Amino acid sequence: MAVLTLAQALNQGLEQALAEHPEVVILGEDVGRTGGVFRITDGLQRRFGPERVVDTPVAESGIVGMAFGMAVGGMRPVVEIQFMGFSYPAFDQIVNHVARIRNRSRHRFTAPMVIRMPYGGGIGAAEHHSESTETIYVHTPGLKVVVPSRPADAKGLLASAVEDPDPVIFLEPIRLYRAVRETVPEDPHTVPIGEASIEREGTDVTLVSYGAMMKETRQAAEVLAERGVSAEVVDLRTLVPLDTDRLLASVEKTGRVVVVHEAPRTLGFGAEVAALVAERALYSLQAPPKRVTGWDTVVPLKKSEQYYLPSVGRIVAAAEETLTA
Amino acid sequence: MLQLLTPSGDVLGEPPLSVDLTRRLYRAMVYVRTFDRKCAALQKQGRLATYAPFEGQEAAQVGSAAPLDPEDWMVASYRDAAAMWMQGYPWELLIAWRTGDERGGRPPEHVSVLPPSITVGGHMLHAVGLAWSARHFGEERIAITYFGDGATSEGDFHEAMNLAAVYGLGVVFFCQNNQYAISMPRTAQTRSETIAEKAIAYGMPGVQVDGNDLFAVFTATAEAIDRARAGDGPTLIEAVTYRLGPHTTSDDPSRYREESEVEQWRRRDPLERVRIFLSERDAWTPEWQERLETEASTEIERAVELAEGMDGLGPARIFEAMFDELPPHLVDQRAEALRSVGQ
Ligand SMILES: Cc1ncc(C[n+]2csc(CCOP(=O)(O)OP(=O)(O)O)c2C)c(N)n1
Repeated sequence: MAVLTLAQALNQGLEQALAEHPEVVILGEDVGRTGGVFRITDGLQRRFGPERVVDTPVAESGIVGMAFGMAVGGMRPVVEIQFMGFSYPAFDQIVNHVARIRNRSRHRFTAPMVIRMPYGGGIGAAEHHSESTETIYVHTPGLKVVVPSRPADAKGLLASAVEDPDPVIFLEPIRLYRAVRETVPEDPHTVPIGEASIEREGTDVTLVSYGAMMKETRQAAEVLAERGVSAEVVDLRTLVPLDTDRLLASVEKTGRVVVVHEAPRTLGFGAEVAALVAERALYSLQAPPKRVTGWDTVVPLKKSEQYYLPSVGRIVAAAEETLTA
Repeated sequence: MLQLLTPSGDVLGEPPLSVDLTRRLYRAMVYVRTFDRKCAALQKQGRLATYAPFEGQEAAQVGSAAPLDPEDWMVASYRDAAAMWMQGYPWELLIAWRTGDERGGRPPEHVSVLPPSITVGGHMLHAVGLAWSARHFGEERIAITYFGDGATSEGDFHEAMNLAAVYGLGVVFFCQNNQYAISMPRTAQTRSETIAEKAIAYGMPGVQVDGNDLFAVFTATAEAIDRARAGDGPTLIEAVTYRLGPHTTSDDPSRYREESEVEQWRRRDPLERVRIFLSERDAWTPEWQERLETEASTEIERAVELAEGMDGLGPARIFEAMFDELPPHLVDQRAEALRSVGQ
């Protein structure tokens, strides 16, 4: 077992997917010769050749639409969209075709494919490079949506996504690519899609998050602990299908919930969590649910990003508010 | 523009098809015309949802599908029932889909035809990917995709043409230039003189054929299919034809075209010239025609019965094909939907 960054874990996961499954092909802009702008596919074209790790023209709709055909034909394409903000040219393909073919052909044709998208802010990137618009895909029936926050989960969820019989949107937190390290099993392993992880047990308040914001959420739990508050931390890991049981059990236990994400607030994933809690666990609540989110604004550029992304302070404050409610 | 059989039934050069094959394809054209007219009538009675008729385009669809191998992939759109049937899609499923029953979107196992695309343009890319999968698995199959003149203005036309050419894939891009995209005439759709010439920009051959000429369509498509199967890459075919009917049953073409124009195209009917050709070779008689029409009607009426008789609709169907395994939130929602109708 080696200590790997999230980026390295993904690279290893992709390498093993290519080695294990001859029908897996990686497609994307610059994924071959350069190993992708984030180097997630580094070295893979050298090992597997340009027919398995395919540099494509700059054509998101084309890449996804072509990969759709490959998947219907029996292959397992793994598409890299360079940044989530550039997935929109492929939106029609994803929503109208990838997500629907099983339904419109009544199971006869399916599109088992993975669409990887680096997402999220915090690295001072150019405009359109910091998007966190997972709600769009969560809201689309027929897609699974996965967001790892740790190297081992990233590798395990990727393996599950590749083997999944349905299309998976695989969101990769850009700012955690090289910011988190942990030991990752060398051998191929899977982490099931649809299972949240209770990362830290607690009794006073449940902090719910996923992906990039798990970093601040974990730190907030530490700060709260220093202040004598026992926070339970839930990493959702999969947004569709959501592990409602684990989520609600935690909220029922603590009676308080704070949801954290960097996506805009209105109809962000926090709205779904709050609605679920209201429908299913209202009587266990000791305080109204809280959302700590990005604002309903355009993601600001480098110099103002700090005012946009939820901070540890905002999460701690929200948790404390639930305790004094 | 490639033409081998003139509107008055004269063959230019040697006939490319045997009389026997011509008879079979003529029969197919009679069948699809019967289907088309039947569907338009059913729609008027409220038994089909909106219907997009293809009358006038029979030679384009039958002639291009005829040279395919049974396992070749076909990715077509809402107006292409004739081509889909030629490639094995059963009548009753073509009809069921048009009655508003999703089960019509599931062809039998041996039929390699995707459910028809409703979005204009997006499906051309799927043929590119299917051709790739065929190459990946070392299969002999090629992929053909059908689209209209309007679809060539979509970005996905460009991406599909470009990708197929870049990767040298076995795709036949079959454009039925039926002169209109709803109300937009072909001349307003693009400044290109022909649609076929767009192929030049992508580095692939482009051929313009008389789309109402069964022989020309068959010949050009057969060549493109051979090229695709031999690994020599994609071809764009523009079949110049005409939609004699409305865009769909909810369209009123008198708002954008003159009846005299329609009349002109009626004189270039794709069936008539083949009929003359056969008749001159003692291979067509009025009795045969009558028998064909009766057989076609009977067969299609039987299919309508089958399609309308498919039972087992209900709330649970909506949830049936969302994922390989229904996730918990959908299990809950299905139960709720069933409760809402007292089940
Ligand atoms: C992406 C998309 N845009 C618009 C429409 C609405 N629409 C349906 S058919 C059509 C015209 C298509 O014309 P053409 O490609 O020439 O094919 P035809 O209908 O003539 O066979 C339009 C605009 C659609 N279905 N999909």
